[in-house]
Amino acid sequence: MLPRFWRKIKYRYDIVGSVCETCNTKYYPPRNFCPICRRRSSIKEEMFEGKGKVLSYTVVHDTPEEYKLEKPYIIALIELDNGPVITSQVVCSENEIRTGMRVKKAFRKYFEDGEDGIIYYGTKFVPDED
Amino acid sequence: MERVAIIGVGQSEFGELWDSGFREIVLKAGIDAIEDAGLEGKEIEAIYIGNMSGGRYLAQEHIAALIADYSGLAELGVPATRVEAADASGGLALRQAYLSVASGVHDIVIAAGAEKVTDVGSEMTTDIMASSADREWEGFVGATIPALYALMARKHFEMYGTTPEDLARVSVKNHKNGALNPKAQFKREITVEDVLNSPKVAEPLRLLDCAPLSDGAAAVILANEKIAREYTDNLVFIKSCTQASDYLALHSRRDITTMEAVRKAASLAYKMAEVSSQNIDVVEIHDSFTIAEIMAYEDLGFVEKGKGAELIREGITELDGSLPVNPSGGLKACGHAIGATGIRQAVEITSQLRGEAGKRQVDCETGLSLNIGGTGATAVVTIYGVV
Repeated sequence: MLPRFWRKIKYRYDIVGSVCETCNTKYYPPRNFCPICRRRSSIKEEMFEGKGKVLSYTVVHDTPEEYKLEKPYIIALIELDNGPVITSQVVCSENEIRTGMRVKKAFRKYFEDGEDGIIYYGTKFVPDED
Repeated sequence: MERVAIIGVGQSEFGELWDSGFREIVLKAGIDAIEDAGLEGKEIEAIYIGNMSGGRYLAQEHIAALIADYSGLAELGVPATRVEAADASGGLALRQAYLSVASGVHDIVIAAGAEKVTDVGSEMTTDIMASSADREWEGFVGATIPALYALMARKHFEMYGTTPEDLARVSVKNHKNGALNPKAQFKREITVEDVLNSPKVAEPLRLLDCAPLSDGAAAVILANEKIAREYTDNLVFIKSCTQASDYLALHSRRDITTMEAVRKAASLAYKMAEVSSQNIDVVEIHDSFTIAEIMAYEDLGFVEKGKGAELIREGITELDGSLPVNPSGGLKACGHAIGATGIRQAVEITSQLRGEAGKRQVDCETGLSLNIGGTGATAVVTIYGVV
């Protein structure tokens, strides 16, 4: 799994996706090909600002092995401002999370491969309301 | 195109089959189907097998060859093909078998589905199932399959007023039906309170909103109409069998309360079978999670978008309602043997249309089954009829 993770670090550590310059649709994760424009696709990389709002969320109690210590954690679909929808974790309390909530990106640890394994980092979201 | 009939059905028990291996359960289903059809076995020209993850559950690939071998059909050189679309693998096997007969290439074929999940632990199972969604961009961040269905459920609640009680009613209905099915994993009734008090899995989904992952196998024998009439007068035809795709990840879809693949496959299936959603008498729906059954009511066109919960509130989809859904008990009560589920649904609808469904028999001439892969990236819709 390590090379597979390593290849995508650039896209995970920041929110780097792509935009089709033909139809202006934005994609995250990045695509090499626009499903709408097909052969007329003109794909460029784009870094998204990393602010948006929660479209839907769930508090996960039954977790995969690597997330046992995080239990429970929050998974959300986040609609980025002027951008695509992203699946990510939101770091806040279960009482705080709600749909429509404003959030912003944060660089966080996801999990590690056992005690001696590598640590997987990526982008999570935190509340952005005041 | 040749008309295609189902002339034999069989299935193993579904559940935690500690004493049986993969080969035994597949053989049980296959032999039952062959006996039910009144075949000797060597008439079978091709095998199609739906299996999601022999590689990870059993560390065994080349599943189709294994089945050809242990069914004695490798002795005759019968071609065997495994197809995979996560938990729609069975539906896909049915469709490939159907196409091979409809096209005139084969006269008699077997479509089977099988999964043996209990040889690995539950955490491994969760991990394997996560591979039916987008591993790199959903699974990586901890979005399990229940979590992804939970995202759909919450959105459905907020947009259409569906409630946890509505979801619970789906589970209660399916358990009630399962209690009448001798092959079901759970043959006991539960209450709405049981569901609402069961442990949280991924809010708002609770344990009793989720179908169990089970061991099991099922098989059906398909033949063209001419051959079929030589074996039985109680024919069940496959009137259409369609498949559609959607974006693999939820975040790429325009509306997560709609499964576009289900809508597209259903629309084509009705057209090819020359029936409408209003002509359907009995349905098997892929209720891997309770919310999936409610969304499917809408996406199959039984009710308009957002009103799915009304069908369960008003009892319309109960066994004695006007549109019985999951008379078998569905995935929730029968058990969800992943690659076997799509074929098990075909076994149930065939039994219903033949009038052989025992205590759970409903009055029907036209049936439909919906098999879904992952969170809806693959959908297979099959329409069955007695004429």
